[in-house]
Amino acid sequence: MDILRFITAGSVDDGKSTLIGRLLYDSKSIMIDQLEAIEKQSKNKEEGEIDLALLTDGLRAEREQGITIDVAYKYFSTPQRKFIIADAPGHIQYTRNMVTGASNSDLIVILIDARNGVVEQTRRHSIIASLLNIPHVIVAVNKMDLVNYSQDVYNNIVIDYSKVATSLGLKDVQYIPLSALTGENVVEVSGNFSWYDGKSLLEILERVEVQNDVDLEKARFSVQYVIRPQTEALHDYRGYAGRISSGIYKKGDEVIILPLGLESKIKAIESGGKEVQEAFAPQSIVLHLEDDIDISRGDMIVLKDHLPQVEQEFEVLLNWMDKKPLREGNKYLLQINSKVVKSIVKEMEYAIDVNTLEKKYSPEEALLNDVVKATIKTASPITFDKYETLRTNGGAILIDETSFVTVGACMIQ
Amino acid sequence: MSSKYRLDYLDQLESESIHIFREVAGQFEKPALLFSGGKDSITLVHLALKAFRPGKFPFPLVHIDTGHNFQEALDFRDRLADLIGEKLIVRKVEDTIKAKGLTEPKGKFASRNALQTFTLLDTIEEFGFDCCIGGARRDEEKARAKERIFSVRDEFGQWNPKLQRPELWNIYNGKIHKGENVRVFPISNWTELDIWNYIRREKIDLPSIYFSHEREVLEYQGQLVATSEFIQLEENDKVSIKKVRYRTVGDMTCTAAVESNAGNIDDIINEIIATKTSERGETRIDDKVSEAAMEDRKKNGYF
Repeated sequence: MDILRFITAGSVDDGKSTLIGRLLYDSKSIMIDQLEAIEKQSKNKEEGEIDLALLTDGLRAEREQGITIDVAYKYFSTPQRKFIIADAPGHIQYTRNMVTGASNSDLIVILIDARNGVVEQTRRHSIIASLLNIPHVIVAVNKMDLVNYSQDVYNNIVIDYSKVATSLGLKDVQYIPLSALTGENVVEVSGNFSWYDGKSLLEILERVEVQNDVDLEKARFSVQYVIRPQTEALHDYRGYAGRISSGIYKKGDEVIILPLGLESKIKAIESGGKEVQEAFAPQSIVLHLEDDIDISRGDMIVLKDHLPQVEQEFEVLLNWMDKKPLREGNKYLLQINSKVVKSIVKEMEYAIDVNTLEKKYSPEEALLNDVVKATIKTASPITFDKYETLRTNGGAILIDETSFVTVGACMIQ
Repeated sequence: MSSKYRLDYLDQLESESIHIFREVAGQFEKPALLFSGGKDSITLVHLALKAFRPGKFPFPLVHIDTGHNFQEALDFRDRLADLIGEKLIVRKVEDTIKAKGLTEPKGKFASRNALQTFTLLDTIEEFGFDCCIGGARRDEEKARAKERIFSVRDEFGQWNPKLQRPELWNIYNGKIHKGENVRVFPISNWTELDIWNYIRREKIDLPSIYFSHEREVLEYQGQLVATSEFIQLEENDKVSIKKVRYRTVGDMTCTAAVESNAGNIDDIINEIIATKTSERGETRIDDKVSEAAMEDRKKNGYF
């Protein structure tokens, strides 16, 4: 059994919350008391049937307004897999919340209303999926019951969307017609889709291969904490605690500590308090090195082949997440893995319209939710990979130096 | 790549939690682990052992004792702290009530749950804790489903759900101003069943009340509440001795038992797989007050 993390983006109108409610309900992950609670609320809302959408909106303001504002995480499992759903808002004014939910997702379910086809929102969600480099995409053409289960309607949407997917370079795209409201094709394939010979949404989710998304070649280990018991028995114990974000480490491997550039060898690896011969991503371990080197939090221990970049100046695609605008010359703290450095946003080359992908060159400022291409300079070198090639070592956040709020998400180019 | 480089889902969850623990150790000056003697905080301790041994924990265990706890959980708490040789700090709601002249709640199941927040905030101030690690899970409750893993609280311990920091990838931003405090939830992504499966796999010890035992209980609106000096019995109350176990361990006044013969972990897991009621719905009397009971408590500083 493994874990699949996926994001569903959309507004209530697309049936996103209904779809999640349906997945939870039909996989029997909703308990009687939770159903009773939403039945009560459904009555409060003077609607006849149970509103499955009420299962997902967790805050009072969201229930009152009938919209999703922030990401909620939902859980269910089947014998094959544990699923973590990031239930994210789809409105443009909450783009940053969708980016947040997308950052950890292995897969995105993009909902299309069969009556409306590919619309602005579909493009926006697909653009975000491509910016965040989500490895797998499922296009769920919803509300098929409202178009008489028409194969033509479905086929046309597939043709339209595949153009979007190609232009964005989305890789693994699968399509499915369904109705979240009636539950058809969500957990079980429905007889109303005689022309559809694919699997149900849940079956697709159960089978998507995510293991290959973990990069086992480029070894990356960011030191989080140094364990030094300093007791008599363990006087010389010095363990570097952290998580392998990609790759495999073996006892005896020659390593380089970056950005210092010093070399050493792995003396021992501990996992859960036991010594092991090797460890791999995404395990949390303790590394011991042959040489006594001054290594601190944020330093990266890597293997000699497939080296990451060590730079002080680099280009990023940046999603701005703060109400105060971003302007050239602004200074922030930049955090990548466990490393925090001072940084300055030197230049903004262009802004991307997340609805159309159009570029606007030399923008004066970036406002909340904007995506811009920018050059960042840091006070000291950082160790990274291009986001596109190694997602786990190519993402960084910007932190406001005075409010300490997270104000930007950077995908290093 | 061969399948030997695959992590089982429990290993993935464990690794994520250890990573979060170490981020706390790396980012905060004075963290604390909120420990109640319940299964979730016992799991936290187990994960912390994996994160920091052979070193000491970079934080003490802190228990906010309402005075309404199950004795079995308190005994277990003391034994565990002793066994692992880590510091345990206990602060009592009783003392806060006396010192501050707080009003005790009234009623049949007078719960000190809300008063706990006062003692927690006082304790944070007393020791200058900048981070409190808690065992809350997102599957427990719909407000918790919205909360970040690093959840920033203001000087008054309040959660502002509309102004949460974006939390991207596995990058946690724990920077705060003096007086503020971060609540960190390393097992956010675990479900009740994940916890039990992990307890079984790792052979983690639990207080005896999690297993079937005989107890005198009051039947009240479909729930079984242990009789104790903290609950007011009335003439018509139906009290009987039943075989029960606890699915969660909170205060005696607000935690209900479930009828069960499950005497070991396998039996408990089978019952949880078969159950049709959620953990909090079945066992927590305090969540039923309103749709937004938890959201409101969190906004007031509850963990």
